[in-house]
Amino acid sequence: MADTTTPLRPRPLSPHLQVYRLTLTMAMSIVHRITGTALYFGTMILAWWLIAAAVGPNAYSNVEWFMGTLIGKLILFGYTWALIHHALGGVRHLIWDLGYGFEEAEREMLTLATLVGSVALTIVVWVIGYFAMGGLR
Amino acid sequence: MSAPSKRILTPMRRVRGLGAAGSGTEHFWHQRVTSFALISLTIIFVVIVVSLLGRNHAAVVQVLGSPLVAILMLLFILASVYHMWIGMQEILIDYIHDDKLKLFVVVTNTFFCIVIAMGCVFAILKLSFGV
Repeated sequence: MADTTTPLRPRPLSPHLQVYRLTLTMAMSIVHRITGTALYFGTMILAWWLIAAAVGPNAYSNVEWFMGTLIGKLILFGYTWALIHHALGGVRHLIWDLGYGFEEAEREMLTLATLVGSVALTIVVWVIGYFAMGGLR
Repeated sequence: MSAPSKRILTPMRRVRGLGAAGSGTEHFWHQRVTSFALISLTIIFVVIVVSLLGRNHAAVVQVLGSPLVAILMLLFILASVYHMWIGMQEILIDYIHDDKLKLFVVVTNTFFCIVIAMGCVFAILKLSFGV
């Protein structure tokens, strides 16, 4: 084994992402992983919020202050969209897992619905949240 | 079945033992079960968070510490953390090819998820039981 003189031929590689033309379903599949990863790190904010609430008013006001800054709002807005997009994408995957929605028109419609639905629902949640915060101030 | 195997293990024994990996499709299945649970739990979570926006600390403590909200938050957190543990492990195994680095990041993923779960669960239990 160790004294082999004939060099081995390089093993064949299966084609990866870059050899395919980018399609919407493919892009959304990648986005599903990206949003999942974003939510993964977003749980640190959830943990911070809950622990701060448990620690006391001062710790909690720090979270409130950070979430009020522009960066905090952007993170929270991104988290909202990622959560809703990943949830809708998950529903789409469950539909596919059950064997439905594989026709070309169906799968394109489902994929587009995930994208449009997630943006629309994110805006709805933020409008409700905006009024919950007291509306125009 | 083609030519009979010379091994003493029967096919049934091999299936039950799940082969060299020692595990089968549990992660695939658990990912689906948690995702199904998380459809409703995510809606509930968003409603809880939105309803707490702009409320002061005392009000937030009272709501998060009330039994129904605390139970729903705990379910959301536990299902989420298990779901994200499986998901991240799958991504890491897909993209990281160096064996030692893979081992390191997979274990780090496990520790991260346990720390997040422990932090969130402890916080909610403290809000519920006080002191």
